[in-house]
Formats: sequence, structure tokens, C-alpha cells
Amino acid sequence: MENKKLKILPVVTTALVLLSMYMTFFYLPIMRSGSGDVLDSSFRIFYFHMPIAITAYIAFFIVFAASIMHLRSHDVKWDIYARSAAEIGVIFALLVLITGSIWARATWGWYWIWEPRLTTSLALFLVYVTYLLLRQSIEEPESKARLAAVFGIVGFVSVPLSFFSIRMWRSAHPLMFGEAIYGSSGGGLEGPTLQLTLLMNFVSFFVLFITLLIYRSNMEKLKEEVRAIRAAHR
Amino acid sequence: MIRSLYITSKDLRTELRTKHVINSMLVFSLTVMVIFSLSLNNVLSESSVIDRVASGLLWIAFIFSGTLGITRTFASETENGCLEGLRLCPVESAAIYTGKAISCMCMMLVMEIMTLPIFVVLFNYSIPSIPLMATVILLGTAGFSVVGTLLSALTVNARTREILLPVILLPLLLPVLIPAVLATAKILAGKGFFDVATELRLMVVYNIIFFTLAHLLFDHTMEE
Repeated sequence: MENKKLKILPVVTTALVLLSMYMTFFYLPIMRSGSGDVLDSSFRIFYFHMPIAITAYIAFFIVFAASIMHLRSHDVKWDIYARSAAEIGVIFALLVLITGSIWARATWGWYWIWEPRLTTSLALFLVYVTYLLLRQSIEEPESKARLAAVFGIVGFVSVPLSFFSIRMWRSAHPLMFGEAIYGSSGGGLEGPTLQLTLLMNFVSFFVLFITLLIYRSNMEKLKEEVRAIRAAHR
Repeated sequence: MIRSLYITSKDLRTELRTKHVINSMLVFSLTVMVIFSLSLNNVLSESSVIDRVASGLLWIAFIFSGTLGITRTFASETENGCLEGLRLCPVESAAIYTGKAISCMCMMLVMEIMTLPIFVVLFNYSIPSIPLMATVILLGTAGFSVVGTLLSALTVNARTREILLPVILLPLLLPVLIPAVLATAKILAGKGFFDVATELRLMVVYNIIFFTLAHLLFDHTMEE
């Protein structure tokens, strides 16, 4: 029963992702500006970008919550969730940076500018890359889980603080795009087609994340079992 | 609190007897300053360029030599079973943490007090408001020691702790480094207290949050 469910999950995920990709590329109407000119279709990447970003945040929140639970209960189950979510979260955060840079290049002309949201995403990515680095360099499994949990909590707390400090940093030097990013030009998400597409993309990326998380944590559970069996036979 | 000061005085006393860490921190930060000054030789007279980079350079020197000291905070305890001795101490582990953080901060402050005159000489600056500058440096150093001591305890059992600690420390230090650098730049430009109030507030918040967190979590890093 358990196995059957697990086999259905990737099929469902693939179908959802394909559907949301179809919607992004073909279902969405061509964007027109106020004067009726056809706009650049680079905005379509936004339908990947935002759902992936939110999913990455959810993943890091799971790391944080699972780390707290691990420190409370010392149950290895929570550590498995934390490390699986961190790995997937890092990949998603990297995708956020890549898709964002592609869009920025097309729209602003630069791959990267030091703007609060971009810099916060980068800080977030770096914190969790170092989380994985920390895990890699501690040998003993119990202390690895415990110390990584401490870092998972501290790292998660540092992210909103980074956002505030970076916002302060940049508010002193207004950028050329300061207004355009958050201002009136961002309010183009009107009409059910666009919202539906965004929602669809969000659902499919979230399901993709859940699928990956379940598979990854199952794999880690098997690894733990192998380790326990090996230890018993030594 | 008194108990954590015992730990501090123990650390400072061992440091005073050998002076290994403080000497290398000092020499390192001086070298960094000299290298910066040498490499910026051509633009030293143009204050528009120097004003922009000076505070960043100063903090780079502080952070780099601070990292030297902070790797030793717990690494020095691994010899001769000192870590077990610390665990056996009749104090809460949070007191050990506070003591270590304070001793680390003291050493960094000594290094910073020695570096600052060199900075003034090499970059031809005069510090308009010394109390304000001291506040910023104090808060920035406190933030560095608060997070650094926790991470030093985290990485003490790692295989590659000397290279791991600087790498995992810097992303977490970002929220305190940015306001510190900004505030230093403003002070060097002759601004007053009210111009740097936002930065100071953010640094205070950072210190409080991370000190509390580290207090709650430090117990878990010391378990066997």
C-alpha cells in the first residue's frame, strides 16, 4: 500500500509540472502594454520564479521546525526531515537565483544588482549551503545531527535580520530600479488566467517539493537502517 | 554572571601567559592594514574614493583577525581534555558560553584598539567622535563574538574546523557587519549620533537575539 502510493506520487508530480508548464507557455495570453504593443515574454519566467521561491522558504522553515523538534526529542526522524528539506531547499534557492538572474538580464540589463531582495536570497542560499557543509564535516552521526540542528535554528533566525540590514544599506543609495520593482509596474497580475496559472505553478512546485522530500527522507531512513545493521554486526 | 566571569578570567590568564593568539591577531590585522594601504597607494590622496572604502577595509581587518582568535576559543580546549574539565565545571553551560564570549570580545577589543591608530595614520583620517566610534566597534565586536563563540563550539569536533568556521561564520555575520560598516563610514564622515541611530538599533537587536538564542542552544553543543 505504502509502496503503491509512493509510485503514484512521481506520476502525479510529472503531470502537474507538465500541465503548469503548458499553462505558462501556451495558456497565458500575450502581454500587451497600455498602447497595445506586444510586450517581451520574459515575464513568463515569473511563474516559475515566485512559486519556487515560496517553496524554498517553506523548505527552510521545515529545516528550522525539524531542528527544534530534534533538539527537543533527540529523535533521528526529525534530523532526517531537516537534512532532506535543507538539500532540496538549497536546490530550489539556487533555481530562484538563476531564474531571477535570467529575468533581470532580460529586463534590467544586468544579471545581478545589489538590491535587498536579491541579496537576501543570496544570504539565504549561502546560509544553507554552509549548513550542508557543516553536516559534511562532522563524522559522528549523533553529534552531527545535534550540531546541525543548532545551526539550522541560528541560520533561519539570521535571514530576516539580513533582510532588514540590507534594506537599510540600500535605502541610503536608491537604485535606478528602486520604484519599478515594487511599484505600479508590478501590479500586472490581473485576470483569472494569470492567477490560475500562478496558482497551478505553485501547486505543482509544492507537490514536486513534497515528492522529493518524501523520497529523500525515505532514502535517508534506509541509510540509517543500514548504519544500524552494520553497527549491530560489528 | 559572576561564574561566567571566572571562565573569562581563566581564558584571559592563559592567554596572558602565552600571548599566542593575541600576538598573531595583532600582527595579522596590522599586516592587512599595511597591505590595504600599499595597494591603495595611488588613490590615498583622493578622499572621495577612500571615504567609500575605508570603513569596509577597517572591518575586513577586524573580522579576519577576529576569526583567527575565534577558531582558538574552543580549539585550545581540546588539548589535555580541557573540554571535559569545562563540562565538569559546576556551572551551567550557558555561563561557559558567556564567559568565552566575553574573553573573545576582550581580545578582539585589544586588537582593535591597537589597529585603529595604525588605520588613522596610514589612511590619514581623524576620528571626529571617539565615543560614537567606540560604541559602534563595541556593538560590532559583541555581535561577532556572540555568534562566533557559538559557532566555534559547534565546529570544535569537526574534521576541518579551521577552514570550516570562517566559511559558516560570514553568512551569519552579514546582518551585523552591514550596519557596522555603514555606521563607521558615517562617523568617519563626521555625522552625529542621530544619523547612525538606525544602524545602532539594528546591531543591538542582533546582539540581543543571538545572545538569547545562543544561551538557549549552547547546552546542546556541549553534550557528549
